[in-house]
Amino acid sequence: MSLMKQSEGTAKINVKDLNLYYGDKQALFDVSLNIEEKKVTALIGPSGCGKSTFLRTLNRMNDLIDGVKINGDIVIDNEDIYKSSDVIKLRTKIGMVFQKPNLFPMSIYDNVAYGPRAQGIKNKKVLNEIVEESLRGAAIWDEVKDRLKSSALGLSGGQQQRVCIARAIAMKPDIILMDEPTSALDPISTLKVEELIAQLKKEYTIVIVTHNMQQAARVSDKTAFFLNGEIVEYDVTNNVFSNPKDQRTEDYVTGRFG
Amino acid sequence: MRGMLWLSSLVTVAILLIIVGYIFYKGFRLINFEFIFGDYSPTGGGGIWPMIVTTVYTIVISLAIATPIGILAAVYLQEYAKQGRLVRTIRFATESLTGIPSIIYGLFGAVFFVTTLKLGMSIIAASLTLTIIVLPVVIRTTEEALKTVPAAYREGSLALGTTKLQTLIKVILPSSMPGILSGIILSMGRIVGESAAIFLTAGTVAAMPTSIFSSARTLTVHSFLVTQEAGDIELAAAVGIVLIVIILLLNFSATFISKKLSKADY
Repeated sequence: MSLMKQSEGTAKINVKDLNLYYGDKQALFDVSLNIEEKKVTALIGPSGCGKSTFLRTLNRMNDLIDGVKINGDIVIDNEDIYKSSDVIKLRTKIGMVFQKPNLFPMSIYDNVAYGPRAQGIKNKKVLNEIVEESLRGAAIWDEVKDRLKSSALGLSGGQQQRVCIARAIAMKPDIILMDEPTSALDPISTLKVEELIAQLKKEYTIVIVTHNMQQAARVSDKTAFFLNGEIVEYDVTNNVFSNPKDQRTEDYVTGRFG
Repeated sequence: MRGMLWLSSLVTVAILLIIVGYIFYKGFRLINFEFIFGDYSPTGGGGIWPMIVTTVYTIVISLAIATPIGILAAVYLQEYAKQGRLVRTIRFATESLTGIPSIIYGLFGAVFFVTTLKLGMSIIAASLTLTIIVLPVVIRTTEEALKTVPAAYREGSLALGTTKLQTLIKVILPSSMPGILSGIILSMGRIVGESAAIFLTAGTVAAMPTSIFSSARTLTVHSFLVTQEAGDIELAAAVGIVLIVIILLLNFSATFISKKLSKADY
């Protein structure tokens, strides 16, 4: 337990007794965990274990699916996000990066400026600054600065994913959610995104879902192991991988299943 | 098997070429400046300018009404309405509407727009009738176009804290533009090709319409009448050539506009 104390930071997100149902089927069972500020928290587990579903409760993306019922508390910055009704405000505070790059069929510039523009920022100079700052923040500025006005869909997958990250940080969020952000990328692009994550955690709280256990070990400070909609183990990443307390965690991280 | 496929496509193309070729062969001798831009003379000779004007009127008015209503209806059905029995019923109804023979619409238009609303035999009565005919086409194609927009775009946009309406206007509608446009082009074809419904609502007056409340004759109706009354296949074919050219011009301009529209995003 001493190691755990050492890394105890300020909790950014407090989740307590979260249950989620798709219609009659329960997908999350009494999930409770605290996610720390300016740390990378990895969610691992086999397919269908609920880790992506959990991630999507944090910015209420599950609201888009018919028949989803949720009970329990998710408190971000002292506000229960399911009790306050302002989803828009919540999502401007929480950026999200998806499994596959999902840039819009617009120019690179317009993609990054999309969120700020939707917030009503029209001033060209301000937008230019936000776009440059965000692309620099996502470590892709040098690769795209000469082609900002050309279609974002002409970039490689890895570049697109980093522009997606730029698009998310253009909103100046506190938290960035990443849903298997490198699963569609080649190893070199994956490495770049991982390096970027290490940079980003200086400013942002990051929650990342990943299938790749080496990735979780490389990028995260804490790791939660999900199985069948429950959290089996949540601890400092090192402990989860080298000294798991639960037999099921050990079986999973040593590759015995999943 | 490959041969069969090849043969089938060959037959399709051949039929098209034969029809267009025949019409051009029959009609091209009559085509000249006077024929297209001259006023119609009932005693023979003269041009078809009044019919061209009438045709363009009906296309523009029908589309001006049907396109916005159709797109809004499709957006509602696809993006906003709770998918359930009511929406299924509406979909079934719009699908059924596309299958009704146009003469039925014509009769309805003649009773409702011409008589009940006292619009008289007029371009506006015909255009309103045509609006009803093409509305299901616009709705169906727009719905299909909206369906093809990847869910990832919606999620990506909403995750950035945009409202549903912002997402719709900035991302979903622009990326379904090509599909919506093909629906509009299909509708144009339907409008230009229509004869029975127009015959019953706009009448057959072969003179330059003075307003949209004038009774007038479209190219298709004209083509039908000259064949029917005068047995003048050559004249009908010449009218046909003009129709084909108008359709081509409209299609090209529609494609051009859509290219401009999607370019506007870059």
